[in-house]
Amino acid sequence: MNKTRTIRTAILLLASSAALSACASKAPKQLPPDPGANISTNTTQGSVQGIVPGSQADFAAQMMGQDAIYFDTDRYNIDSADMAALQTQAQWLARYPGKRATVEGHADERGTREYNLALGERRANAAKNYLVSVGVDAARLMTVSYGKERPVALGSDESSWARNRRAVTVTID
Amino acid sequence: MTLRLISALAPVLAILLAAPAAAQQSLPTPQPTEQVPEEGLSGAVSDDSDWQDLGIAIPAFATDADVPTQTSAGSTSALGMSVARVITDDLKNNGLFKPVGPDALPRPAFAQVQAPAYDTWAGRSAEMLVQGFVRAAPGGQVTVGCYLYDVALKQQLAKAGWTVGPGDWRRAAHKCADLIYSRLSGENPFFDSRIAYIAETGPKDRRMKRLAIMDSDGANHRYLTTGQTTVLTPRYSPDYRSILYLSYFNGSPRIYIYDLETSTQRLLLQSTNPVFAPRWSPDGKWVLYSMATAGNTDIYKMPSGGGNAVRLTDSPGIDIGGSFSPDGTRIVFESDRGGSQQVYVMNADGSNQRRITFFGGRSATPEWSPRGDQIAFTHIAGNFRIAVMTPGGGEMRYLTDSWQDEAPTWAPNGRIIQFFRTTRGSGKAGIWQVDLTGRNERKLSTPVDGSDPSWGPLRP
Repeated sequence: MNKTRTIRTAILLLASSAALSACASKAPKQLPPDPGANISTNTTQGSVQGIVPGSQADFAAQMMGQDAIYFDTDRYNIDSADMAALQTQAQWLARYPGKRATVEGHADERGTREYNLALGERRANAAKNYLVSVGVDAARLMTVSYGKERPVALGSDESSWARNRRAVTVTID
Repeated sequence: MTLRLISALAPVLAILLAAPAAAQQSLPTPQPTEQVPEEGLSGAVSDDSDWQDLGIAIPAFATDADVPTQTSAGSTSALGMSVARVITDDLKNNGLFKPVGPDALPRPAFAQVQAPAYDTWAGRSAEMLVQGFVRAAPGGQVTVGCYLYDVALKQQLAKAGWTVGPGDWRRAAHKCADLIYSRLSGENPFFDSRIAYIAETGPKDRRMKRLAIMDSDGANHRYLTTGQTTVLTPRYSPDYRSILYLSYFNGSPRIYIYDLETSTQRLLLQSTNPVFAPRWSPDGKWVLYSMATAGNTDIYKMPSGGGNAVRLTDSPGIDIGGSFSPDGTRIVFESDRGGSQQVYVMNADGSNQRRITFFGGRSATPEWSPRGDQIAFTHIAGNFRIAVMTPGGGEMRYLTDSWQDEAPTWAPNGRIIQFFRTTRGSGKAGIWQVDLTGRNERKLSTPVDGSDPSWGPLRP
C-alpha cells in the first residue's frame, strides 16, 4: 500500500512536471493523451494485455504519447521535453535491438506545400539525430516527411497546428 | 491530335467558300497581334474597361450542309452552336469581355459568314461580331473558320481557320477565342492550353490526391492516377508530352515522370534521399529538383533525358523549388537561409545568389512569368496571398486576399495566374484564377476539389 502510493506519487510528479514544461515551452495543451485504464501503472516494463512485447502496438502503448515530439512554427530544434520523449523511445529501442523505426516528420497547414515537405524532413532528421546521439544505431532509423498532408488535429487553430507540428516515431513490425 | 492551321486562310477559304471569298480578297489579311511594351502594367492589363464593355455578338457558326460528324458535339449544325458557346465562355469566364452567345442570337446563314448583316447587328448594339462556319472535312475531320468584324466600321479585323480531328474540335474554338482576344487586347493568346493539377477528395486527415489534367476551360478532364498513392506538385512539360510530379509510390517522396503518350511512369532519378519540387526549364531540356540530405534541402539541375546532376545551392537552410526565367538564364527560388522563407534569384549555373524579397513576412513559391516581366509568389503575413513583383524584387502588388492562397502558375501569355485556395477549417482546396489587375477572380469548375495547378504553354 505504502509502496503503491509512493509509485503513484512519483508518476503524478512526473506527469505534472511534464505538463509544466509543456506549458512553459510549446507543446500542445492536450498532450500527452490520457493513458487510459488499460495502461499498467505498476511498471513501465509490463506488457499490456493482448499486445505483443516488442511490437509497434507495444511501442505506442509504452510511449504514452511520447512517441511524438512537437515543434514551434518553422522550428526543428529539440528541447528538453523532446529529449525526455526521445530518451524514452531510445530505451524501448534498446530493449528490442532487432527493431527498426521510421521517424515521420510533419508540418501544420499554415505553410506552403513544398516548404512543408522540406520542413517535415528537417524535423524528422532532428529527432533521428537525437536518437542516434543517445545510442540508437543510425542504420535502424529511417525518416520520411509528409509535410502538411497528414494532420492529426483537424482544426484550423493554434492548438491544432501545435499538435500537427510533430515528429512521430513508428517502429517497423 | 494534330491541329492544322489553314495559314493566312485566304487561298484555302477561297476554295472552301467559293462565292463569298471573292468579295474577301481585297480585305486586309489578319494582322499580327501588337506587342505590348514589357515594362509595367499600365495600358496592358487584361481587363481594360474600354474593351471589357465591348458588345461582342457570337452567333452560332454556320454550315454549308448539316451532316453528321464524329465529334462529341453532333452534326455540323450542332457543332457550329457548340463552337460559338465555347468561344463565348472563354471570353466571358475570364472577365475579359461581356460577350453575347449563340443561345440569345439569330444564326447567320452560311453565305453571310463573310458578308455580315452589319445593320442588323448594329441594331442589336453589337460593336464586335464573331462569325464562322463549320464544315465536314475528309477523314472525319472538321474545318472551322473564324471571322472577327467591327460592326461600326463595317470592317473585318481578323480571320483564321483550322482543320482538326473530331476529338479536337474544342481546340478550334479555343483558337478562335484566342484570335479574338489577341486582336482586341493586343495580348498574346492563351485559351488553347492545358492544366495539370491535383484532384482532392475525402476528409482532411485522409485526403485522396490524384494527378489530373484538363483543358484551360476545364473540359477534357482526365485522371491519371488512381489515388492509392499520394501525389503532389505536377508540372506539365513544355511539349505537353509528360508531367513531372511527386509521388509516395514507394512510401517516401520521389519525383516521377508520367509519359502521356504511353500512359507509363518512371522514376526521375534513383535516390535514397527524399526528392521533391520538380520543375522544367522553358526548353524542356533541364529539370530542377530539390533533395534533402540529412534534413538539409538543396536545389539540383539535371538533363531531362537523364545524366549527371549539378547541385546549384549549398546553404545550410532549406533551398527549394525554382522557376527559370523565360530565356533560361536565371532561376528564382525559395530559401530560408536568412531565417525565414524568402525569394532569391541566381544564375542558371547557381552563381550570384541574392535575395530579392524584403516585404516583411515570408515570401514563397516564386514563378517567373512567361513574359519575363513579373514574378508571382505567395506572400505570407497572416493571410497567404498571391502577389507579383518585378524580377528585381520591386513593385510588389497583391492580387488576392484570402485565408490561404498559394502556388501561383502563369497563363501562357503571362496575364492571368492560377493558384489554389484552401478553406479554413475544412481544409478543402479549389483552383482559382485572377488576372494581373486583381479584379477578375474566379474559381475554376473541377469535378472535385483541386490544388497545385500547373498551366502549360500555348499549344502549337
